[in-house]
Amino acid sequence: MKLSLACLFALAAVSLQAAEDLSKPIEALRAVQKEGEGNEAAGKAWGEIVKADPAALPEVLKGMNGANPLAENWLRAAVGVIADAALKAKKLPVEALVTFLKDTKNSPGARVVAFDLIHRADEKLAEDLTPTLLEDPSSDLRRHPVAKLIDAGDAALEKKDNAAAIVAYGKGLGGARDEDQIKVLAKKLRGLDQKVDLPKHFGFLMSWKMIAPFSNADRAGFDTVYPPEKELKFDAVYEGKTKEAKWVDYTSADEYGKIDFNKPFGMEKSVVGYAATDFFSTEDRPAEIRIGCKDGWKVWLNGELLFARDEYHRGAKLDQYKLPCQLKKGKNTILVKCCQNEQTEQWTVEWEFQLRVCDATGTAILAAK
Amino acid sequence: MKTISMCLMMCLATGVVRADWLQFRGPNAAAVSTEAKVPGDDLKIAWAADLPGRGLSAPIVVGERVFVTCSSGPGQETLHVFCFNAADGTKRWERAMRSTGRTMTHNKTCVAANTPCSDGERVFALFSSNDLFAFDLDGNLLWLRGLTFDYPNASNSLGMSQSPVVMDGTLVVQSENDSESFVAGLDVATGRNKWKLERPKAANWTSATVWKNTVALQSSKGILAVDPATGKTVWDYSDGASTIPSSVGAGETLYAVSHGITALAPEKGSVTQLWRNEKLNSGTASPLVLGDSIYVVNGAGVLIKASVKNGDEAWKLRMKGPFSGSPVAAGKSIYIVNERGIFQVIDPEAPEGKVVKEIELKETVLTTPAISGGAIYVRSDAKLWKLQ
Repeated sequence: MKLSLACLFALAAVSLQAAEDLSKPIEALRAVQKEGEGNEAAGKAWGEIVKADPAALPEVLKGMNGANPLAENWLRAAVGVIADAALKAKKLPVEALVTFLKDTKNSPGARVVAFDLIHRADEKLAEDLTPTLLEDPSSDLRRHPVAKLIDAGDAALEKKDNAAAIVAYGKGLGGARDEDQIKVLAKKLRGLDQKVDLPKHFGFLMSWKMIAPFSNADRAGFDTVYPPEKELKFDAVYEGKTKEAKWVDYTSADEYGKIDFNKPFGMEKSVVGYAATDFFSTEDRPAEIRIGCKDGWKVWLNGELLFARDEYHRGAKLDQYKLPCQLKKGKNTILVKCCQNEQTEQWTVEWEFQLRVCDATGTAILAAK
Repeated sequence: MKTISMCLMMCLATGVVRADWLQFRGPNAAAVSTEAKVPGDDLKIAWAADLPGRGLSAPIVVGERVFVTCSSGPGQETLHVFCFNAADGTKRWERAMRSTGRTMTHNKTCVAANTPCSDGERVFALFSSNDLFAFDLDGNLLWLRGLTFDYPNASNSLGMSQSPVVMDGTLVVQSENDSESFVAGLDVATGRNKWKLERPKAANWTSATVWKNTVALQSSKGILAVDPATGKTVWDYSDGASTIPSSVGAGETLYAVSHGITALAPEKGSVTQLWRNEKLNSGTASPLVLGDSIYVVNGAGVLIKASVKNGDEAWKLRMKGPFSGSPVAAGKSIYIVNERGIFQVIDPEAPEGKVVKEIELKETVLTTPAISGGAIYVRSDAKLWKLQ
């Protein structure tokens, strides 16, 4: 017993020493900034970290907590080198990695790395851990249990156990955050006569006030400050490009929440439209506004410009752009500027966007009212 | 200096014994091997290595190392850089990173679309997400950049594919798109900007041509040649150019993919047009110059041979297309792989050109081969092959 305790103390001491030794180089990696700032120091520090004992892996992973994406990559690469050697020598600290994975205060990116390492070292253990990840803060980690639930539902269907399939698919949908898996599950559930509310699942904002058409001749409208950017007066009428610009109410019937300017205003070209809506939050909280749009666009939250993008007709998809923001308790006004250009090809007809409010995992934040 | 010049002249005249293939389209981005030992046409698959993700990027070869990039994961967020042993295809090392920029692309392309490049000591891997990593040849991470992290509107929702080039200590990286469009010269040792220039706000998938101590940047506006050390303009051709196939330099002439092919002789700031043949229309593939002929693959998969002296057409050869990758050449052979994975060897000296060998790789191939050590390297979304 005495010997065991002595060993434990010795191990703890070594571990602490490793952590102390690595704190400075880890900090150097965390210090990297835009435009390569800190790269020189990081390069040297990286060379020190990759020499660390595998026991230090959790400490290196911890370095990813709160780090910017560049620093995360420096650390990810270092973890990869240490882990490759550790796996080869069968010295990967699997238990410590499981502990790290289970602590959801650790960064999602670092926990994904930890899970991948566990999987490489012990596939069975990773399989056993998978069901615990269904409500995980990491959408990447959720994919594993969701995939298993899809398989389980399929297996139940093969046995003609529709009730069990519905349970598995339903549970899977509850945990799913990625569009591909959600689409699969929605189709399977609907095939079993189950209702699926995709707008609610994603958190699409479906009802807006919209106004158009202002001019976007020579694509100058993108930078032109039209009245809705100065005031939101929904009974106002302004001079438009081809006709008076007036606010109209619009509710999307599209289950992927497309807000289509062509519907209320006609298929105009070289025009600018605006859409505004209020989102009521139950609390002050961080959030993401996620937009998909193939036209030029700008998004404001409570008067603050979150992002602007002047690319036209190169493609759109769900969550194409993720805009971190801070919601305030109560009413939050979201204003979208959507600019159609002059192109006349068939694939340039779309003058629309889809927008949802969610957390960093992609979980919908539903409006209070 | 005299010795170096003599060596250089001898190499140019006879070809070097072994040469690295350090970037998209190899030495000087000319797509022609400078080696004396050529692969010839009696080729077989020497080895095949598995790859875990997609890639339109071409392999590059530094000594006995073959480097290739891939992207994997549901959103292609995982960015892989691989180093294989040229001799047997075993893996020397792999690094897996995470995209910090946007990974959306057209389905046909992917995030690993830009071919990496090397200065012989370092490997620079750029991805469509604008993530850029510098490794030494043993896989030690030297520095990294997230160019969309730095410049948030630098992206293209169809994907980007401009391959970087390195010259005299400067890595030239293009991110040309409809929004925040730029080219930057980066210090190879630190990844910091030496210079950065705004580029036309228009999507662009062409790669730079390294030619006569300049880096020629092609866009829909034309071709701008800059000094890689400073980014200063050396000459500017402004009569428009393609945004997909890239131009090629040979001798004193730059063959611009502009209104078909336009032969340019830039000198001291001005650009003289030597000839133009609007019928030499490249499809996706970039042209190459071999001997006194220029070869263009049009959108129908027809290889067109024309004179470099006046652009006059010599013959047309229908190959098995379609092609996304570009042809490369060594000795007297031209090599190209079609999208269905049929690797084709062409004898361009045959009276009407002739396909003399076909190898079925049995996978979709959308990329350009590399040549080094008398072997050819080709990759798909799942495999890297050595043909010898």
